[in-house]
Amino acid sequence: MATVELDDIKKRFGATEVIKGVSVDVADGEFIVIVGPSGCGKSTLLRMVAGLETISDGELRINGTRANEREPMDRDIAMVFQNYALYPHMSVAQNMGYGLRIKGLPKAEIAAKVRDAAELLQLTELLDRKPRQLSGGQRQRVAMGRAIVREPSVFLFDEPLSNLDAKLRVQMRLEIRELQAKLGITSLYVTHDQVEAMTMADRMIVMNEGRAEQIGTPLDVYERPESLFAAQFIGSPSMNVVAAEGREDGLHLGDMVLPNPTGAHGTVMLGLRPEHLSPDPGGPITMEVLLAEPLGANTLLHGRLANGQSFTVSLPGVHRAGHGSQTLRLSIPPDKMHVFDKKSGRRLG
Amino acid sequence: MEKRVTFKGWLLPLCLIAPQVFISAVFFFYPAGQAVWQSLFIPDPFGLSSQFVGLENFEYLLGDPYYRASFVTTAIFSTLVTLAAMIPALFLAVMADRLVKSAGVYRTLLIWPYAVAPAVAGVLWLFMFNTRVGVIAWYLGQLGYDWNHVLNEGEAMGLVVVASAWGRISYNFLFFFAALQAVPRSIIEAAAIDGARFWRRFFTIVLPLLSPTTFFLLVVNIVYAFFETFGVIHTITSGGPQQATTILVYKVFSDGFVGQDLGSSAAQSVILLIVVGLLTVLQFKYIEKRVHY
Repeated sequence: MATVELDDIKKRFGATEVIKGVSVDVADGEFIVIVGPSGCGKSTLLRMVAGLETISDGELRINGTRANEREPMDRDIAMVFQNYALYPHMSVAQNMGYGLRIKGLPKAEIAAKVRDAAELLQLTELLDRKPRQLSGGQRQRVAMGRAIVREPSVFLFDEPLSNLDAKLRVQMRLEIRELQAKLGITSLYVTHDQVEAMTMADRMIVMNEGRAEQIGTPLDVYERPESLFAAQFIGSPSMNVVAAEGREDGLHLGDMVLPNPTGAHGTVMLGLRPEHLSPDPGGPITMEVLLAEPLGANTLLHGRLANGQSFTVSLPGVHRAGHGSQTLRLSIPPDKMHVFDKKSGRRLG
Repeated sequence: MEKRVTFKGWLLPLCLIAPQVFISAVFFFYPAGQAVWQSLFIPDPFGLSSQFVGLENFEYLLGDPYYRASFVTTAIFSTLVTLAAMIPALFLAVMADRLVKSAGVYRTLLIWPYAVAPAVAGVLWLFMFNTRVGVIAWYLGQLGYDWNHVLNEGEAMGLVVVASAWGRISYNFLFFFAALQAVPRSIIEAAAIDGARFWRRFFTIVLPLLSPTTFFLLVVNIVYAFFETFGVIHTITSGGPQQATTILVYKVFSDGFVGQDLGSSAAQSVILLIVVGLLTVLQFKYIEKRVHY
């Protein structure tokens, strides 16, 4: 049980600053997902919490006490690596019991704890096997087992599911979340997959170029993205972003005029989620449909607006009207419109 | 997947293996055959004729206390050389692996001794430990220790071991260093998070992962100590004092070319051949099972 506080954490490699000040307070038992594109610094941030990278600036507090200078082993954390990092020369049981053996626990106690964890993860049959005799999903479980056996205060996950196939990933996603909820251990989870972030997180940190673009619950970020980057990164298919001109009578997109919910003036960026648009014969948006992708439950229509900007709409069900060059009129409720400053990319209103 | 290339005819593959077969035949099979053949004869004192004696050379050797003493000397010598060449090499490799800056310089410098031929290395060490002009011998004298490897058997053994192992440290270092670099970072990090500090990690994680390399070097170093240390021993002690550093290979030389007993010398080299063959088979059979994980 622990809280983790990051206070303006920075990381520099020589002159380049890769983490430019991230602050977040993680409550006890909370599941935080750090999400962002590759190279945004999310793994570096996690490794700084783990103690595998030094912290250049700022303060890390675990359970309220400064942990910057503590060695990884003194931080009471456990980490699950992307490639699992199992000890290849040890059996599953030895892998899981390694940390306890280092602590000097009696053999019987280690065996009992390993057995309990193995049961929890359905690994009992595999305890005598070597890692190379296991499948990817099983290795993943062993890595989890190694983490939970030690009963740490904080779990750290570094893209633990990215080496699994799509189906297994969905299954393990649920298992990790269930396990974490059951054990109630504070967790930091790094991923580049926005679906994982949306489904698993209590709160997520959307990172871009070493900065936290937004910190909030998945639905917060989805419904009220604080920046253009967060708006486009979260949600699939990603949000349409078009330049618009704010005037007294509304937002002008070429000849099209939309309501102006924020009353913004001058050039702004307007974000419209594909799934929030609906066909409306009298709607303000005119789109030329070029291509339809029927997904079964919904249909994606790709095309462009009258001013040439590309645009995507997601309509429920099968939408046969989409083929060939055809124009479609759409409307969107004003409260689903997101307006961003053109220069800073921050949300307006 | 393993890729196999199949040849259509037999001429090309024959041409391709011919150089190897030729070299093996001329430099290995022919001399080995000669040795086996000669081991069955005793030459007369003047070397003008020889007489067939069957296995009598072997019989004599196995009953000869000097020869049996040489076996023990060889066992001690090769064990010490292997340890003295491998442990410092591993230590240096571990230290070099921890370096972030100027690891390349350090690495290059550590490889240099390997370029020194064993005989030259022998002379080098001999000068340093020479009882009259040696620097180290002089310093030891200042400290009150009377170094004299010409008279003291233990000191003679120590000196040839050090001189033999010195150049090999570089060679072993290279292999250990490469193997250390191949250990996945994340495994080390996982162990660090699991609570293992540096040396604990080294003995429980790194060393087991190095075992294929360690095993390979073990075999190679033992074979080196058996066969390739001749130059060192010849330049430093010539097998003395009193046979104290006469290893089997050196005895083959001194009996055959100094003592002119070619029959016995040939018989010794045949025995040596068998011993090394057995040793290698034994190592692979026994240890290989434990090496793979």
